[in-house]
Amino acid sequence: MKQLLNRRNFLKGGLAATASAAVLKNKKTEAHSFEGYPDGMGVLVDLTRCVGCRSCEAACNKEQGLPEPAKPFDDFSVFDEMHHGQKRRTDETAYTIVNRYDVPEIDHPLFRKIQCNHCEEPACLTSCFVNAYTKTPEGAVIYNPKVCVGCRTCMIACPFYIPTFKYSSAFKPRIMKCIFCYDTRLKDGKPPACVEACPQEALTFGKRTDVLKMGKQRIQQKAGKYVDHIYGEHEVGGTAWMYISDVPFDKVGFDTHVPKEPILNSVKEFLGIVPMVLTIWPGLFVGFHLLATRKDKVKEMKEAEDRNNNDEKEGQA
Amino acid sequence: MKLFAKDRPEIPIVDHLKADGTEWTIKEKLWLGLSIDEYKKQFFRNPVNWLMISIFSIGIPLILGRYVFGLGWVTHSSNDYPWGLFLGFGLFGMVPLSASGFMLGTTVELFGRKDFHSIERLALLNGLLGYFFAVIFLEVDLGMPWRLPYPMFVSLGPAAVLFLVAWHVATYLSVQVAEVLPAFFEWIGWLQGKRIIRKWVLGLTISGIILSTLHQGALGALFTYAPAKVHPLWLSVNFQWIHYFCSSIFAGLSMVIISSTLIKNFMGWRCDDGFKDNLDYVTIGLAKGASYAMITYLVIKLVAIAHDQEWAYLLTGWGSYYMLELGVGVVLPMFMFAVGIRNQWVALIRLGAFITVIGIIWNRLNTALVCYNWQMYQEIPHWKEVWITVTIYSLYFLTYRFIVYRLPIVYGWQGEK
Repeated sequence: MKQLLNRRNFLKGGLAATASAAVLKNKKTEAHSFEGYPDGMGVLVDLTRCVGCRSCEAACNKEQGLPEPAKPFDDFSVFDEMHHGQKRRTDETAYTIVNRYDVPEIDHPLFRKIQCNHCEEPACLTSCFVNAYTKTPEGAVIYNPKVCVGCRTCMIACPFYIPTFKYSSAFKPRIMKCIFCYDTRLKDGKPPACVEACPQEALTFGKRTDVLKMGKQRIQQKAGKYVDHIYGEHEVGGTAWMYISDVPFDKVGFDTHVPKEPILNSVKEFLGIVPMVLTIWPGLFVGFHLLATRKDKVKEMKEAEDRNNNDEKEGQA
Repeated sequence: MKLFAKDRPEIPIVDHLKADGTEWTIKEKLWLGLSIDEYKKQFFRNPVNWLMISIFSIGIPLILGRYVFGLGWVTHSSNDYPWGLFLGFGLFGMVPLSASGFMLGTTVELFGRKDFHSIERLALLNGLLGYFFAVIFLEVDLGMPWRLPYPMFVSLGPAAVLFLVAWHVATYLSVQVAEVLPAFFEWIGWLQGKRIIRKWVLGLTISGIILSTLHQGALGALFTYAPAKVHPLWLSVNFQWIHYFCSSIFAGLSMVIISSTLIKNFMGWRCDDGFKDNLDYVTIGLAKGASYAMITYLVIKLVAIAHDQEWAYLLTGWGSYYMLELGVGVVLPMFMFAVGIRNQWVALIRLGAFITVIGIIWNRLNTALVCYNWQMYQEIPHWKEVWITVTIYSLYFLTYRFIVYRLPIVYGWQGEK
């Protein structure tokens, strides 16, 4: 009879299968990495052009129907406000904020606008356990208040401190954040309100790939003017809003320590062990149980045997 | 209780029958076999109850206020620190201290160490209540607490770590209820229920291990969403889940040591001889288990620092704080355990267990609050937030005591078994 499988062949086959599985698996994970929607829109922010007029803040406030602020938008004393030693940030009344930075090397102040950067692979989205966030093909990261539970993990996960919570409401709290004017403008291909309002053309709206090219061109054309880096090209896996600047980014309040890959990548380590624990633990611990209690079992069997023997003896007698 | 136990042999209740041979009703069992006047008398002569009353008199209005005026009314409503004490203490602190249930379930049911049987029920109860109150803390903290089942049934985000936490806590809570039910069945006298659970005990125990491994780890993994925010010494992207899982082992064991010590000293009337006589032996055994987990924990903490090349941070102020936390919270009690085990000094072990529990809560608060946003500023919780946290913890204490007073947790039921 033909021998179907000897030991050597079995081992060979096993090794080959394992190796191919490893290789195939690698290819697969590569295909899994998400490069963003090809036609996603983006904005290039040129810090050298911003004069801190706060028109964008005012336009955002109006467009999104946010409450009127305590100080009007032409009051520039807000630039000196500090909370806990920090400059102003987004909150439930403001989706975008402009802050002033005095950099000693240059003779004029610099201004930086913050709002949601609309990441290609958003941390808020990947950390949300009720799928309240969506990255639309147009490039916006939008939020659905109807399913949000209010756990605020997205605020923990966002590397840019953008989502804020409506703490003031007991019955209708929600996350408040910039949505790229998705409902009212972006959906129809129009630029967001803040971009339209900018009198200095500091904000340029277009396809992310196009504005990225434009940023690179500007850096090249005016050699030496700009820092050779586009903040948001690779930060946390790439963002729809990107910045170019003539001073190092950490001097104008940017966090330059954020990872250059999506936040999700640092969580994958744990997510990977979950199926392992689920499949290996049951068998492993049942095995432990059988091992640990085998002495008792042996003892029981012996006792039963003895009893049988005794019974037999008694029967014979 | 001692007051009445002296002249009335049927108190405390240990079986279904009164002295005259009739059966206790459930209502009488709930009142501990005392008349209402007697119950009041023992309640008001206990100074702890007066402390509770004073905590609740302010705490309950604060909690109601939170649901009427919003979270902003009781917290600093910080957008930089979205998680405050409710989660930092209530969820991240309470859950590791509740690892006792699966630890002793495993020891007794899975490894067949019947010598720890006398503490098993207390450990299971400690686990169940810790989890239950972690959920209560969560319900105070969630923006929309009425949507708690959403991640389960309405809108699912299965790729998120919190999704795992939610599912595991929910299923594990049910497993723990099932594990504690036999005590309840004995007490109400429904033996069939107990037998059913008995058949399932191995399955329950193993699912307990799986669920505990995963969600103790998942609580740590939640912080890997903030790799740029938490101080690198308190966050290891690769090892965070192991740190959290491993530290929960000695945290849970130490919590049982504390709770059994308190019960033995302040509730001696409720314990039977089996519990009392065994306790020193069991405590030493628990301390041994905890010591193994502690040394493992220290090693993987060290591995994490080596892996991420964080030695330089140890020389900074944060580094000193880090070493203080590990030194006082883990190394010191580990030595106390070692000396205590060697010389059979149970009192030293108990003190060590107390320090361990404080150390674990300290570690969780450090990760969630103190060293979170370490490059920005430190948030000091609002006094109302602190008071609500203390109130809910007191509620936890009262529930714990209520159950231990009644169910056969630290005594064996004398009626039919």
